Amino acid sequence: MERRSPMKRAGAYLKKGRFLNQGWTEESPRSREWEDLYRGRWEFDKVVRSTHGVNCTGSCSWKVYVKNGIITWETQQTDYPSMGPDFPEYEPRGCPRGASFSWYEYSPLRIKYPYVRQTLLEKWRALLNVHKDPVVAYHALMHDPEARREYQRQRGKGGFVRASWDEVETFIAAGLIDTIKTYGPDRIFGFTPIPAMSMVSYAAGSRFLSLLGGVMLSFYDHYADLPPASPEVWGEQTDVPESADWYNSGYLIIWGTNLPMTRTPDAHYMVEARLNGTKVVGISPDYAEYVKFADLWMAPRPGTDAALAMAMTHVILKEFYVDRQTPYFLEYVKQYTDLPFLVRIDRRPLGEYVTGRFLEAADLEPDVKNAAWKPAMWDKRRNGPAIPIGSMGFRWDGSGKWNLNLEDDGGTPLEPELSLVGQADEVVSVNFPYFASERPTVLSRRVPVKRMRLADGEDVRVATVFDLLMANVGVSRNLEGEPPVSYDDVDAPYTPAWQEAITGVGRDAVIAVAREFAANAEKTRGRSMIAMGAGTNHWYHSDMIYRAMLTLVFLTGSEGVNGGGWAHYVGQEKVRPLEGWSGLAFARDWIKPARLQQGTMFFYFASDQFRFEELDSAKLLAPFADPAEAQHPADALALAARLGWMPSYPQFNENPLQVVQTARDGGAESHEAIQSQVIERLKDGSLKLAVHEPDAPENFPRIMFIWRANLLGASAKGSEYFIKYLLGADGHVLGDESPYRPKDIEVPDEAPEGKLDLWIDVDFRMTSSGLYADIVLPAATWYEKYDLSTTDMHPFIHPFNPAITPPWKARPDWDTFSALAHKFSLLATTHLPGVHEDLVMAPLLHDSPEELAQPFGEVKDWTRGEVEPVPGKTMPKLVIIPRDYPHLYDQMISIGPQIEVGFGTKGITISGEPAYAELKHNLGVSTHEGPSKGRPSISRDNQVANAILILSGASNGRRAVEEWESLEKVTGLHLKEIALPRKDEMFLLDELTAQPRLSIAGPAWSGLESEGRRYSPFTVNVDYHVPWRTLTGRQHFYLDHAMMRSFGEALPLYRPPIDLPVYSLPESQDKTIVVRYLTPHQKWGIHTTYWDNPRMTTLFRGGQTVWLSPGDAAQIDVDDNDWIEVFNQNGVTMARAVVSHRIPEGAVFMYHAQDRTVGVPLAPATGDRGGNHNSATRTMVKPTHVIGGYAQFSYDFNYWGPTGHQRDTRVRIRKAREVKWQ
Amino acid sequence: MNVKAQVAMVMHLDKCVGCHTCSVTCKNTWTNRPGTEYIWFNDVETKPGVGYPKKWEDQERYRGGWTLRHGRLTLKAGPPASKLAHIFYNPDLPALDDYYEPWTYDYDSLLHSPLSEHQPVARPISSITGEYWDAPQWGPNWDDDLAGGPTIAAQDPDLTHLQEHIKMEFESTFMMYLPRICEHCLNPSCVASCPSGALYKRDEDGIVLVDQDGCRGWRFCVSGCPYKKTYFNWNTFKAEKCTFCYPRIEAGLPTVCSETCVGRLRFIGVLLYDADRVKEAASVNDEKALYPSQLSVFLDPYDAEVIEAARAAGISDAWIDAAQRSPLYNLIIRWQVALPLHPEYRTLPMVWYIPPLSPMVSLIPHGDTVGPEEIFPTIDQMRIPVEYLANLLTAGDTSVIRKVLGKLWAMRVHMRSLKTDESVPERLYQEIGMTKEELERMARLLAVAKYQERYVIPTANRNADPDLVYEQGACSLESIAPIKGFIPSISFNDSK
Repeated sequence: MERRSPMKRAGAYLKKGRFLNQGWTEESPRSREWEDLYRGRWEFDKVVRSTHGVNCTGSCSWKVYVKNGIITWETQQTDYPSMGPDFPEYEPRGCPRGASFSWYEYSPLRIKYPYVRQTLLEKWRALLNVHKDPVVAYHALMHDPEARREYQRQRGKGGFVRASWDEVETFIAAGLIDTIKTYGPDRIFGFTPIPAMSMVSYAAGSRFLSLLGGVMLSFYDHYADLPPASPEVWGEQTDVPESADWYNSGYLIIWGTNLPMTRTPDAHYMVEARLNGTKVVGISPDYAEYVKFADLWMAPRPGTDAALAMAMTHVILKEFYVDRQTPYFLEYVKQYTDLPFLVRIDRRPLGEYVTGRFLEAADLEPDVKNAAWKPAMWDKRRNGPAIPIGSMGFRWDGSGKWNLNLEDDGGTPLEPELSLVGQADEVVSVNFPYFASERPTVLSRRVPVKRMRLADGEDVRVATVFDLLMANVGVSRNLEGEPPVSYDDVDAPYTPAWQEAITGVGRDAVIAVAREFAANAEKTRGRSMIAMGAGTNHWYHSDMIYRAMLTLVFLTGSEGVNGGGWAHYVGQEKVRPLEGWSGLAFARDWIKPARLQQGTMFFYFASDQFRFEELDSAKLLAPFADPAEAQHPADALALAARLGWMPSYPQFNENPLQVVQTARDGGAESHEAIQSQVIERLKDGSLKLAVHEPDAPENFPRIMFIWRANLLGASAKGSEYFIKYLLGADGHVLGDESPYRPKDIEVPDEAPEGKLDLWIDVDFRMTSSGLYADIVLPAATWYEKYDLSTTDMHPFIHPFNPAITPPWKARPDWDTFSALAHKFSLLATTHLPGVHEDLVMAPLLHDSPEELAQPFGEVKDWTRGEVEPVPGKTMPKLVIIPRDYPHLYDQMISIGPQIEVGFGTKGITISGEPAYAELKHNLGVSTHEGPSKGRPSISRDNQVANAILILSGASNGRRAVEEWESLEKVTGLHLKEIALPRKDEMFLLDELTAQPRLSIAGPAWSGLESEGRRYSPFTVNVDYHVPWRTLTGRQHFYLDHAMMRSFGEALPLYRPPIDLPVYSLPESQDKTIVVRYLTPHQKWGIHTTYWDNPRMTTLFRGGQTVWLSPGDAAQIDVDDNDWIEVFNQNGVTMARAVVSHRIPEGAVFMYHAQDRTVGVPLAPATGDRGGNHNSATRTMVKPTHVIGGYAQFSYDFNYWGPTGHQRDTRVRIRKAREVKWQ
Repeated sequence: MNVKAQVAMVMHLDKCVGCHTCSVTCKNTWTNRPGTEYIWFNDVETKPGVGYPKKWEDQERYRGGWTLRHGRLTLKAGPPASKLAHIFYNPDLPALDDYYEPWTYDYDSLLHSPLSEHQPVARPISSITGEYWDAPQWGPNWDDDLAGGPTIAAQDPDLTHLQEHIKMEFESTFMMYLPRICEHCLNPSCVASCPSGALYKRDEDGIVLVDQDGCRGWRFCVSGCPYKKTYFNWNTFKAEKCTFCYPRIEAGLPTVCSETCVGRLRFIGVLLYDADRVKEAASVNDEKALYPSQLSVFLDPYDAEVIEAARAAGISDAWIDAAQRSPLYNLIIRWQVALPLHPEYRTLPMVWYIPPLSPMVSLIPHGDTVGPEEIFPTIDQMRIPVEYLANLLTAGDTSVIRKVLGKLWAMRVHMRSLKTDESVPERLYQEIGMTKEELERMARLLAVAKYQERYVIPTANRNADPDLVYEQGACSLESIAPIKGFIPSISFNDSK
């Protein structure tokens, strides 16, 4: 191209061109060379495929652009495999948050070096100088109470200085060794959430801690994103449709999950379904973003959703089961739900009837194997009870008949009777609990029953679950003594008119939507879907809300059907390559079991929130329950620990290494002998469970690692309690301790402050978790390392790849923890030489024979002599395992022998021999002398990623086929055909980097998927008759555990949200309002990530905000953007008001996980820095969530356990007239 | 006939999830530098709302675009003479506060604060003055998701004549998003406003650009654009604007905002128009006639006469083929479901919008199904008043809005009938004037929306360049060679 002088170019502007368009337009002859300016801007040197390891379910594939060695920006990949010719594609997945990530790379928030608070570092250096030995120096530091309190009090107050990696590695390793020696490895904790978002990074720390004997804390349940209803009714943690399956739906109710805001990359499928003719109904208390897409909006009052669902159930039962029998629905519920199963009707002392437990084979044929775990139906053919196969008892009886074919053990077909109407021996009045009145009361409802004599001679009455459901919901079937009920009956619970007063939603809308939802399901064979999430799940009674909603999809035959069923979207995660990941992440290749702790339970005690418990469990009981069954939630948790229901760490008031040593010293030779001695010591009180004395110093958690997380800024419910009690810094809890105290737990008068010796934060950006930490370590970002990411929103496995090598002193998490392991092992050769024995107290596990531990759902406490203490049966397992600390590093970086023996997940085990050979072949073997030599090497993050992919069915067709074959043996079904066509596919990092691949369907998950089929949960169960992992093997309406019945929650019903009194500031004359405080996920961050960057702060209001209605704002003279102070007994936060009429009166929205690090001034109420959204929350444990050892009520990590829900919270708000910063 | 080709865009507002990914990827790519902090070539506005800059639609305030004066098309800001008078003071310019004062935070304090009484915090700081603030007071998306709200709705120019019957109450809340880029108008007032002649509309693809060599920073394009989509870079002292990502378009790639749009709502394609009819079309008397008059400027790419004229005008067969496959031809011309934004500005904008269907205010009379008689009453029950959409897209003509929404609604009814085997009376199709097959094709384009169907972009036509061999070999090193003729030398080009 010809270049011209600048003068000539300037002159060209004076030159005239040709005129056209009636002289209106001039054609210019000027040079356009300058256009190269923007072309140059668009140039780059390379594009790298990576993704964002943030705690979200996006798992989007991105192009990261690099120019001159600098990461410049990112845009989305568009090369996903096709969903088929007539289906929308996944491209381009992403959101504005992810698109703003590149800012962090070179930002002033970036953590570039290791940091330690100066006071602590100086003390450490001084002691090391004196003692020379780091372990001795650490011990001296922690046993100087004044010095310890001094640096603890400085937490969160700045004062960091740089240190070298070598120095901090030594410090931390010394701390670990001293803690193991002084207190035990179960005083060392790790918190990192959602492995699916970056599995290798999660595994880095969890593998290290698991090898140590440290404890990994759960998160999904603590976040309250776990829907407890899911394990309750399905025995499944969470399994949901991929977003493309929304497009298959004919009728979509969006109910409390803000798809555009929190499922941004997926929302288009909802919109496109709508354009394709799907009707969309939005149910939300505010005009949420998803309401924009709805055809109809229903706005129930916050927390009353179950009332709405119960009224819809009433309509569906009446119109599709009573007025007209809908063949598709009947066929479905008979085969796939517990509705035809028989429940014993118990007679109470005063003669009234209530519902009891399931009628079991044990009642009829006690000699049958696992007879307590094989419930009965009423069989039309034999006109009597029959035991169908497929229930939990068959899973573990070795019969190979665990399937949903409607037949009995002998292969005789069954025809279950759904209802006994017309053939009952009598119709009795049964009392059903009712909680929507001022005080709990009962509804007396007519139920048809059969009378029968049991094998032991007892006479009982039985009813079907279906008849109980009908009676509970109050649908009249003209039974004798039953009054007619109309939809307009305001006083009849669960009618459309009844719910109006509770929800504020008009009855006509409820009737219409229920009718349309079911009619659509009938026409489309189940393509009616409900998307649900935080708005309906983050409540104390979440399980009751969800069970009421799930009733709608069960009754319409929509679950396990493409385009139908539940679609739960909040915090759900899906490690698609689960088998491989969990094996490596918890070091099961070397040692089993790892210590995995229920997070809610841990934090409830560790941050002393239990001392502030205000919710008396007695108020939650069914009116007919024995008041003695009400326990303080802390007592319920202690019970759960004793009975093996829930894990509980620290375990004992003694070092678990010492416990074994003491037994050995006392002559115990076998593991059994050690166990017996431990039981004896527990009985005589010389050894105690730590849970009984959480505030005793010997039971404190001592060291905590936080990585890939911002616990304090995002998920720590009751964050002021965390800061004050766990960390010993300036946390501002405004209320007093509660007079409501536990009985079985020792509570010293003075609450301890500063339990943790060391809080270590690993991150690439400074958050409040880093601010309050003692040591901050620089992490590589997601554009600087190898890792894997998956989600349940789409079927792909995405790789992380380094676009640049980690700058400054940053390291990938795998390197960070490997380096710690290396230093630890070096010090251990001196301080912990040889092999130590550790005793791990482990809970009764789901998907193992332990789920049959405690029959009939009865609660029997061995410490009260109600039953013999038997480890793994009536109490936790007591497992003795070796710890080879000097070789821990070798174990960390190589894959151990246990994988070769066999591995798997969710009760499916395969031989590991072929897999182990593949690992060696693909990864290479370790040449390091010692136990790792010749074993597959995982010393680098890309090797770990590949190991996960090799070991998992989702990414390796051979594994998938092996797993289906394993399940075939238990079920007697033909299953391997599901994966056989893809047997020879295996995706390693390089393949996934070339292009995303569709993952392979394996039995780790319940949905079928292939090129032409979108993932929908439980389609394996429905299409192939694999049972759900529940007591009956079916989807449960009825939950018969004694505690569920005592709390009145055997059947779905409505429980109102909990309103506790709200703290007011003494002597304050300011105008205040008391409002419900909702904390949904926000638009400008994924939790606190992104929320702090200039893109996101600029795109809204840059700092903490709370949304109020104009009416509420006016009451306290607040205008838009005014500062407000939001507080209650739990703490205080500062925010600015956003006033909009899209918010209902009486509720405010403080979108979750803004953080106290950006733009937060001092709060007038405390004179100290304002808190965050969690300053006003506190964990409240629901006692029914601790049940264990009973079928689907059996523990698994992040799977089952108390949730940390936070929506049953109210706050007081006043205008903040003065803003101060220092 | 003077055939020109333009690469244009349609955005389907029903599909916009309001996520702002487009804004962020655009900003990172183009305006992530000093002097452009406040500049968003692409932004997304919540409507009702005031937009960015505030009240940009209020042309009484900014006097952008064109008007008819004595039946003749003139810049609303006045003829060139009046511009000269104001060349050092332009009262129509938006001030910084009309956009917003950009800000950042004292992030460094989080890592580097000394031990303090209170927890360190990153305080907001003005990017202009460097001073600490207690809080930002306005931003480019300050009213996101407010649905107007008590104070902001009153400032929305599209609501001004509707205030009486629209109440800002919880029960009647309505909301939509409006993503915006430069309109790359057929009759661009920014180009006409520039005293330096630095703005131009590219002949080959219609993209409107500010020549960075020619710009003298007068900023009359800023006030002259009624959409407020040219901006002033206070570091380079030049105007900048959305370039329609021409470096990508030339390569056959969609714009960054389009490719990264997770709502998949943007369509890009070629339209042929008659450049000789632009003035006439922009000069019709009745503002409501501007939409049909702009439609009349577009040419049918299948018409033999048009094809011949296009070839004569140097438009390649590949571009004619692209015009025939253009998704925009279907959406704008054939099905007429996309509409221009504020046609009354008379700039003949080239980024068009399909209006959204919003939730019903109350229950649809017969529940799930809608008969032909109910289709228009149903539209009148939608939360977003048709008058509001008409103020945005048709200069107030509600009949056009109802017709468009009727087609979109009928498309959903028809597609639903395929899922549930419900029968739809034939009269419905007659009522909206589309066949079943057309509705299915439209549903495919809007819902299935494959990448190759959303974006039909021919690569830049370089056939006219005589130096392609040279270009192929040249690289940045060539630019250090002395200017031709300055030093006598043997040129590579001399060989030809």
